[in-house]
Amino acid sequence: MIPKSGNRYSDKVMLETMTARQRISRGIGMKKVLSSLALLGLVAAGMGAASTGASAQEEAHNEAAPTHFPIHEPKEMDWSFAGPFGTYDKAQLQRGLKVYKEVCSACHSMNLVAFRTLEGLGYSDAQIKTLAAEYTIHDGPNDAGDMFDRPGKPSDHFPAPFPNVEAAAAANGGAAPPDMSLLAKARGVERGFPRFVFDIFTQYAQGGPDYIHSLLTGYDQQPPAGMVIPEGTHYNPYFLSGVSLKMPKPLSDGQVTYDDGAPQTVDQYSRDVSAFLMWAAEPHLEDRKKTGFRVLVFLLLFGALVYLTKRKVWAGVAH
Amino acid sequence: MSATDTQDPNRRDFLYVATGMAAVVGAGAVAWPFIDQMRPDASTLALASVEVDVSSLTPGMSLVVKWRGKPVVVRNRTEKEMKDAEAVNLAELKDPIARNANLPADAPATDANRTTPGKEAWMVMVQVCTHLGCIPLGQEGDFGGWFCPCHGSVYDTAGRIRKGPAPENMAVPVFQFVSDTKIRIG
Amino acid sequence: MSEGHSTYTPKSGIGRWFDSRMPLPRLVYDSFIAYPVPRNLNYAWTFGGILALMLAAQILTGIVLAMHYAADSTLAFDSVEKIMRDVNSGWLLRYLHSNGASFFFVAVYIHIFRGLYYGSYKAPRELLWILGCIIYLLMMATGFMGYVLPWGQMSFWGATVITGFFTAIPLVGDWIQQLLLGGFAVDNPTLNRFFALHYLLPFMIAGVVVLHIWALHVVGQNNPTGIEVKSKTDTLAFTPYATIKDGFGMIVFLFVFAYFVFYLPNYLGHPDNYTVANPLKTPAHIVPEWYFLPFYAILRAITFNIGPINSKLGGVLCMFGAIVMLFLVPWLDTSKVRSAVYRPWYKLFFWLFVADAILLGWLGSQPAEGSYVFMAQMATLFYFAFFLVALPVLGLIEKPRRLPNSITEAVLEKNKGGGGHPAGATTAPETKG
Repeated sequence: MIPKSGNRYSDKVMLETMTARQRISRGIGMKKVLSSLALLGLVAAGMGAASTGASAQEEAHNEAAPTHFPIHEPKEMDWSFAGPFGTYDKAQLQRGLKVYKEVCSACHSMNLVAFRTLEGLGYSDAQIKTLAAEYTIHDGPNDAGDMFDRPGKPSDHFPAPFPNVEAAAAANGGAAPPDMSLLAKARGVERGFPRFVFDIFTQYAQGGPDYIHSLLTGYDQQPPAGMVIPEGTHYNPYFLSGVSLKMPKPLSDGQVTYDDGAPQTVDQYSRDVSAFLMWAAEPHLEDRKKTGFRVLVFLLLFGALVYLTKRKVWAGVAH
Repeated sequence: MSATDTQDPNRRDFLYVATGMAAVVGAGAVAWPFIDQMRPDASTLALASVEVDVSSLTPGMSLVVKWRGKPVVVRNRTEKEMKDAEAVNLAELKDPIARNANLPADAPATDANRTTPGKEAWMVMVQVCTHLGCIPLGQEGDFGGWFCPCHGSVYDTAGRIRKGPAPENMAVPVFQFVSDTKIRIG
Repeated sequence: MSEGHSTYTPKSGIGRWFDSRMPLPRLVYDSFIAYPVPRNLNYAWTFGGILALMLAAQILTGIVLAMHYAADSTLAFDSVEKIMRDVNSGWLLRYLHSNGASFFFVAVYIHIFRGLYYGSYKAPRELLWILGCIIYLLMMATGFMGYVLPWGQMSFWGATVITGFFTAIPLVGDWIQQLLLGGFAVDNPTLNRFFALHYLLPFMIAGVVVLHIWALHVVGQNNPTGIEVKSKTDTLAFTPYATIKDGFGMIVFLFVFAYFVFYLPNYLGHPDNYTVANPLKTPAHIVPEWYFLPFYAILRAITFNIGPINSKLGGVLCMFGAIVMLFLVPWLDTSKVRSAVYRPWYKLFFWLFVADAILLGWLGSQPAEGSYVFMAQMATLFYFAFFLVALPVLGLIEKPRRLPNSITEAVLEKNKGGGGHPAGATTAPETKG
């Protein structure tokens, strides 16, 4: 349960809106004054959480008409890219790309990702060239002023399945499927107190992939008796902003063929495509964490030197 | 510090020097991203190679493509232009170096060295004056090659500087014929 | 920057040549080397230096980001993503800048609370305090406009809501909002002017910072005892004593900052801002950046009309009033004693106020419904009561603890049992290199 109440929704399904709440952070501990400041904050926030627990309980009984979404929190998975030394599993990313290409890309664009960046998945230049050439890119105008189609080049971006947002919406019952370039960073379920405090120390930053994986594997559950599922939508207790969403269950076992012996199940597909989307949203993640480690080690050493210098300078000076 | 010194001055100095050096290293590391971001970004570098279809060029015709933001001329030279260029005595040249990115840096500026083996009729050249970066006009000037209207530099039919303030021959970029009718530049 | 005439002359010939034509070496020496600081400053006093560092870092990263950013509503979102994906080190600079804003506010809040705790706003430091409040206001404006630039959903709707405050003003409110937006809704003209102002305001902040430091160097620093400097034994030279201590404080602060930049770069942001702005669809739950949350809670706490003032205007007035309180603190506090160290009741109320501010921040992040509204109203009431009741009344009725006669005495008391004589105190600042 999230220990707080959310906006009340009418039964109208709100696609593409997000309820993820701001996570606030407080308290940068330094010396006694500041750490007691943080402690007071926790106490204050704890009082707030306790007093609202009652109202959350009171609303929980009405299972058929939930007011807080998602109904279930995303399951936390083990991701290779989590933690201070996290790296992408390149084989997994390649499988995820395959799922995207064969399933998701029928409706979802990925406008911000260029073929050339697929070298991050471990592909060679030649492989990327071949892969890009499988796509048709609408280009132009040429010397005669006409638009024309040509095979893709590494510098091109993934072409969108629909020419514009309006066409995408019209072809999908009025709700345009979101672009997937940043999906893994644009989705996240609020963690609530006190988890958002622990998240600082566990470096939890996988809310997006956890959410996508849970959503993709959450279609098979049955809605509670009496729940009204709007026409043309599909029940999914992991959906962020309602009881159901317009996207039907996209994956089924055996749908995508894997060459590397990984299980061809919905669960595996979902993990792979979630990891791939994390890469698509944050291609420099490995670089970031590697640089970060060096920076922190340097600051630690430099800090120790400055501290010793400070001690020496102040030695024998009463203060 | 005199009143506070109780320790061996050498150890103290070592600590100060080490701290100071760490600060310098840190400052240098911080400066790098600020300089690094000025370099051409990944999307710019991705466009660093272009392929040109030259099947429509008969002798005496040129086309210009944009490569790295600059015009590259591809010219199918006439017999006369080639002969004129071959006949030039290398000693007469203002710049005796080929300036061909496909050859060693000290290759002499013979007509053959300005082109690619087997395709000597084809001039592929960055059409930018080596003086101050203007675009020379084609098939003009005393040598029937290129003439820069900005400051009067004159190039011959192999794009070599012959007269005027420009110091070097026009640059030949990295290129190759991927097929008889297709050139990849870059 | 300090008053009086310096007796300093540079040692080198070039230094003397320069100094006699423009006394910059003298100014630097007097302000940052020989400048006397109370010897008992604790680490809470390093945040002034940390803030100067953060301002410089924000300006530097901001300038290089502006080299790649396009302030156009059709390009802005993609240009930010280009920085994140293609520009060399772009992801680093952008995460430094976005998290830098948050940590700038972390530092400024600690700095403000330190001032409140030790009574740094009391005479003769009122102007110093007010200049600080102006910097804080400018920071809020800069932070808000900067958050609009990536042109995500939160950017767009945050701008819509915040400019909506002005529609609460009777008669001219709508006109003022349109003036700010350059249209009937947030759109390209808004983005353009916000970018221009976001670039300008940090330099205005830097200007006020110069005044802030100038004022500081005229009246001198407060200290944990709140007792004015009385003799030379009370102070030490800024360099090396304060510089090295500030340096250590900065590194510890940078360590925490770097931890967020490299491992949790989106922790303080909002997922919705990774979706491009859509003027036709509001996110289900709009929240401002964390550093505005207490004021946001106060804004939403006013759900009732107060006489002729409707709840909307009331909320906006209370929110701005909450900031106005800070400006009035020097005159609201009636106590003769500065530091909370010697004021047991004020100390208690100070920490209650800190807890209240954090509670308001948390409430600001929660939806305004159910028991949250009542809690926010109570917390708002306490916020104003702290300034309007506790500060004036406590000063009149509280019996402070015995104050030491001087900083030196306080230091000696603390170090009792150690070397009784404050070594180094005899070293006059003038003799230091």
